[in-house]
Amino acid sequence: MLYREAGDFKTSYTSDNQTFPIRFDRYGYYFVLGVAFLVMPLILNDYWTNALVVPFLIYTIAALGLNILIGYCGQLSLGTGGFMAVGAYASYKLMTGFPDLNIIFVILLSGLVTAGVGVLFGLPSLRIKGFYLAVATLAAQFFLIWLFTRTPWFFNYSPTGMISAPTRTVFGIPVTGASASALSMYMICLVFLVALAWLARNLTRGTLGRQWMAIRDMDIAAEIIGVNPLWSKLTAFAVSSFYIGVAGALLFAVYLGAAEAGEAFGIDKSFLVLFMVIIGGLGSIFGAFAGAFFLIAGPVLLKIMLVDNLGWATDLAAHLEIMIIGALIIVTLIMEPHGIAALWRTIKEKLRLWPFPY
Amino acid sequence: MKMTRLTAALAVTMTAAAPAIAESLFFPNMSYRTGPFAAGGIPFADGYADYFTLINERDGGIGGVPIRYSECETAYNTERGVECYQALRGENPLVLQPLSTGITYQIIPRAARDEIPIHSMGYGRTSAVNGEVFNWTFNYPANYWDGASVIINYLLDENEGSLDDKKIVLLYHNSAYGREPIPTLTRLSERLGYELLTIGVDSPGQEQGSQWLQIRRERPDYVIMWGWGVMNSTAVQEAANIRFPMENFIGVWWSGSQQDVLPAGMGADGYKALAMHGTGTDYPVYDDLQEYVYDRGLAAGTGDEVGTVLYSRGMYAAMLAVEAARTAQEIHGVANITPAMMRDGMANLVITEERMAELGLPDFGPPFEVSCQNHGGSGQAMIQQWDASAQEWNLITDWIEPDRELIMEMVMEDSLAFAAENDIEPACLN
Repeated sequence: MLYREAGDFKTSYTSDNQTFPIRFDRYGYYFVLGVAFLVMPLILNDYWTNALVVPFLIYTIAALGLNILIGYCGQLSLGTGGFMAVGAYASYKLMTGFPDLNIIFVILLSGLVTAGVGVLFGLPSLRIKGFYLAVATLAAQFFLIWLFTRTPWFFNYSPTGMISAPTRTVFGIPVTGASASALSMYMICLVFLVALAWLARNLTRGTLGRQWMAIRDMDIAAEIIGVNPLWSKLTAFAVSSFYIGVAGALLFAVYLGAAEAGEAFGIDKSFLVLFMVIIGGLGSIFGAFAGAFFLIAGPVLLKIMLVDNLGWATDLAAHLEIMIIGALIIVTLIMEPHGIAALWRTIKEKLRLWPFPY
Repeated sequence: MKMTRLTAALAVTMTAAAPAIAESLFFPNMSYRTGPFAAGGIPFADGYADYFTLINERDGGIGGVPIRYSECETAYNTERGVECYQALRGENPLVLQPLSTGITYQIIPRAARDEIPIHSMGYGRTSAVNGEVFNWTFNYPANYWDGASVIINYLLDENEGSLDDKKIVLLYHNSAYGREPIPTLTRLSERLGYELLTIGVDSPGQEQGSQWLQIRRERPDYVIMWGWGVMNSTAVQEAANIRFPMENFIGVWWSGSQQDVLPAGMGADGYKALAMHGTGTDYPVYDDLQEYVYDRGLAAGTGDEVGTVLYSRGMYAAMLAVEAARTAQEIHGVANITPAMMRDGMANLVITEERMAELGLPDFGPPFEVSCQNHGGSGQAMIQQWDASAQEWNLITDWIEPDRELIMEMVMEDSLAFAAENDIEPACLN
């Protein structure tokens, strides 16, 4: 009923090929965009923006990036935290080295630097696969963090090794540093997320994405039909690292304001983003959103419910939070091994037939 | 589709915003009772909470206004710290006590914008001593650079005034916290002629095999430690394993608590650490705590941390907060003070020996004065030594002065660099 296709005629190839071919879906998408850009800025207060929405937007970018690598190209990576650190430190060096450079370009350039580093660490993927590749990228994670904590040049020789983001503006409005308002932080993260999600969706529908998926499904067969594994794997690493680098730069410059490689970008970050991708659903753009929402909003909402609404002790709530989130992950994966995105697909199928299923 | 679900979730939980309670002084605590550093976070939080409970129960609050206390769990994690800061700042907290150098660094610029005072007691950004640049941050009564200097002055005293040809290792937690004393120790090594070797331990610090192998090879005369949490007990155990002479192993005040030395048993005997305040329950204030807090079942946590080093530190921090609030009430003649008034109270805080005795804590901490220019107090500290057979810390020195001249010189350099980076015009607020 809701997802009615009857009467939704396509008269050209372009309209048949569009991202959301079903009218209801398309309007839903426009509606969400409208809410995100026009309504949310009016209703969000500082706490919700800072504690929940901004980290959700940033981690979604990271999850999109890792989803390209794992979900679309089938290359397992545990180096996400390290690559986010590359983005963060690149943005710090660029911000302090070129104070006049606009923050938008700083973040994009940080993404490009991370893409370069990602390609470098993606080279082993040409020879090794699966768990072995995971171990190689794990080495990248530890090496990069070691590099950023031991080489004073990266943190401008500050005695503590902390990097802190100076104030930078977009159209005269500060988006980084202490004077940035919650709204400006929300808007810059949202613009990046929408642009990158649109790019990811279209990349994965095009030649490049099909090559990645061919490599993922069976690399030998892909090679036989003419897909160049060197090119596809390295582009997957480059694009994925670009996204993760942008996420790292935003996390440091916009959200945290001050960071330290070992603490902010440790191995737990790699696993956090990996869990987002797995819980959300491999090989799905929507999955990145769902996974990030689950793992970022879940703990904060639980904390608010247990501590602020029920008045429980903070330590008890913190322990319960870990247990509940863990249990939810297991339950979700048992009920739907392909992630929340697959659940969403099932719901959509049901809605299409509702109220007259056969 | 995602965002609509998000708004639905928001609508459900928006009811969470806590109502502001009229006529109360809000002292939140950014505590950590979970995570790898909980062993240090729990006693501190208990001491901090118990002293506020005592003031409420015995005196009915500060100047007649009751204290409202709440905790926000950070797990020593900077991202959770940001979340806690955002949750607390709307409720007019009088002072924030994050008990984490990383979180302190992060909230210093935000708190200055939001006009909320921070008290980072014996941790945080050392150059916050310069109150003209860091108007809203206080780190009295002592900071890391004071601590490093006190240790070196103590060693100078032990070696008849000369540390020439001595080799000193700094074993540090590889984080903003652990790296903080390196500039001071390097400067002092240039002046005093000792050889400084810095060895980092990655957080949380359970793996120290290679570091102690290196220490064994280098054969240093002294090892100074800047550790926290599990790193402390591991280091003490490792030192005992390689039979490093314990009396030559000195920790900072965050590496000198009961739980740091107890696991190593007799091996830890003779280990030394800095003390910025007294320890144990031999102070009159504990009679009141017993009567008004413990006996009434109001003790925070499980109540088994009473009198430990970190419990005493939490209590000391709360006591300094209460005294600052009193000073603020006197200055402004208002009982229900605002965070801005609290800042004035902190900037004009005077702690004398007589006042400490009145509060039931004679000789517990050093007398000091805070001023607009100097947010750092006196910087003095004592050295305590662990007696493993009696299982207690004994103070073996009196208050030792740090080399304040050198430290102020370094503070000025660092704080003015920060001011230049952030376009701050150094000045007193008033």
